[in-house]
Amino acid sequence: MKTTLKLTLSLACAVTLVAGAAAQTMRINGAGATFPYPIYSKWFSEYNKIHSSVEINYQSIGSGGGIQQVTKQTVFFGASDGPMTPEQMQGAPGKILHFPTVLGAVVPVYNIPNVSAELHFSGPLLADMFLGKITKWNDPAIARLNAGVSLPASDITVAHRADGSGTTYIWVDYLSKVSPEWKSKVGVATSVNWPTGVGGRGNEGVSALVRQTPGAIGYVELIYALQNKIAYGSVQNTAGEFVKASVSSVTAAAAEAAGKMPPDFRVSITNAPGKGVYPISSFTWLLLYENAKDKAQAKTMVDFMNWALTEGQKYCADLGYAPLPEAVVKLEMAALAKIKIS
Amino acid sequence: MPKSRSRSDFLFRIGTGTFGVLLVVLVCAIGVVLARQSVLSVQKFGMNFWRTEIWDPVAGEFGALPFIWGTLYSSVLALLIATPIALGIAVFISELCPAVLRQPLVFITELLAAIPSIVYGLWGIFVLVPAVRAVETSLPDAMRLLPLFSGPPLGLGMLSAALILAIMVIPFISSISREVLKSVPAAQREGAYALGATRFEAIRAALFYARTGIVGAVMLGFGRALGETMAVTMVIGNNPKVSVSLFAPQYTMAAVIANEFAEAADDLYLSALVEIGLVLFIITLIINSLSRLLIWSMARRATAAQEPGVAAEGAS
Repeated sequence: MKTTLKLTLSLACAVTLVAGAAAQTMRINGAGATFPYPIYSKWFSEYNKIHSSVEINYQSIGSGGGIQQVTKQTVFFGASDGPMTPEQMQGAPGKILHFPTVLGAVVPVYNIPNVSAELHFSGPLLADMFLGKITKWNDPAIARLNAGVSLPASDITVAHRADGSGTTYIWVDYLSKVSPEWKSKVGVATSVNWPTGVGGRGNEGVSALVRQTPGAIGYVELIYALQNKIAYGSVQNTAGEFVKASVSSVTAAAAEAAGKMPPDFRVSITNAPGKGVYPISSFTWLLLYENAKDKAQAKTMVDFMNWALTEGQKYCADLGYAPLPEAVVKLEMAALAKIKIS
Repeated sequence: MPKSRSRSDFLFRIGTGTFGVLLVVLVCAIGVVLARQSVLSVQKFGMNFWRTEIWDPVAGEFGALPFIWGTLYSSVLALLIATPIALGIAVFISELCPAVLRQPLVFITELLAAIPSIVYGLWGIFVLVPAVRAVETSLPDAMRLLPLFSGPPLGLGMLSAALILAIMVIPFISSISREVLKSVPAAQREGAYALGATRFEAIRAALFYARTGIVGAVMLGFGRALGETMAVTMVIGNNPKVSVSLFAPQYTMAAVIANEFAEAADDLYLSALVEIGLVLFIITLIINSLSRLLIWSMARRATAAQEPGVAAEGAS
């Protein structure tokens, strides 16, 4: 009788152990920005190849949604293309840390029939065009920057994003830095009250508008322009150079910013000073609680971040993102150590 | 025996009654949730929400007028285009069409209803919008002076939205009108022919007989046009400005909710978007009630007109 009992008990133990091992797969959920989605999903699948017990799920519902979900703690981490506002930080139940993961840029795209030259833009010029103050392509303000290009007397049609978007945030953040009028009249947000123009849905919507409308100017993410081989203009930086957005000119913008990086990484690097810098660049951030409830998940996320910021950066270029400069990675490693994992 | 039958009758009545009540509860619940979630915006803007034209997420100023205007204008235009075409299709299929063609035609019109709206939107942006732009640019300058055709010819805008909506509601209006025409008693047509009516006059009599059903079909199309989101947002230009111009880019209620909801982070902004949903809900409710009222009054007049006729027949 006793032996049977013992046998049953040990069998039961064995079964629980086996079941326990199988259930040890750790699932971590996150949500947020659509812009970094391609690289995040690449990272999560590559990380899963190294650590088969970790499954990270990411829903690209938009930056605003990501901030909301992480604040309500329905997901473990959030992601956003714009840093959280002080009010949003206060609304969260605990301290949220920002970690830049990769860099992106926004580029001006245009469609002027019979003009194949790459156009030069300056910040104030772009702001005036998007304010509706410059309405013709042969305006002297455009001609001055583009000597030698014969520009037609046709109307300018401004195309912008109709949906709320981190891309818009980066674009108008830049415009408000270079144009006081933009700052006071329109301001900065993921969607704004556009003074002029037509709205398209998503990068593909804006680029379709631009491609089809003669005389249109719009803005899309650099990755989108690269992947779809859309021609885009160069923009004048604070050093006076006309720079075309590229992986290296975007990383240069971040390297400039690294010197005076605030400890919480909530920094805008649009209109960054320095040579070779593309001025409409931005970080995208991952949002983590400093003192999360689930310490096991926190430990795993810290481990993942350590990998993504070092090894993971090599996947950037293939997907059209600019990798973080070394100096920023170093600062982030120190910040990661602050997350409580036990 | 009769006892158990009455019991099953009773259970059946309770069962179906529950479903009926459930539907009413569901509609009320949607209204309540929309009202509750939009409290912040209702309190801040009150009735001004319905009549101001500003939509500024940065400053936190919200007004629904451009969206209400855009929704109603595009839907009414769409119905103006779609109703004659849809009725023509319905009359042709039910009255004039050779029997061999009937089934294929019915199939094709119904297929139009099965196409997802995103596909309409893509077709709109790549085919319809350039075509509309070509028409707009070829418009003589004298006509451009009319407020109806003012503004630059972008292709995107009210005209494209109305056209795409018209194509989308045609299958709804034509299928129901066809069914209604089919249910017109043969005696009506035979009577008309017997009185020496031409084919056209006989069809007109059938249409007149079926008018309440046809109005119902048009109203259903209207409801569909009001709520259409994806196809419209892709071609309307998404610019919240009130304008009578067919060329002007405008915006609709459903489109602004779909576009801005995901990124609306602060509470007032979210609340204003939910209030747009509430406004759409109320407007749909009003339009549906009005169409019910219209159909009801038409039906009543029809029976009132018929009664003396019946009496006269009896007398002769």
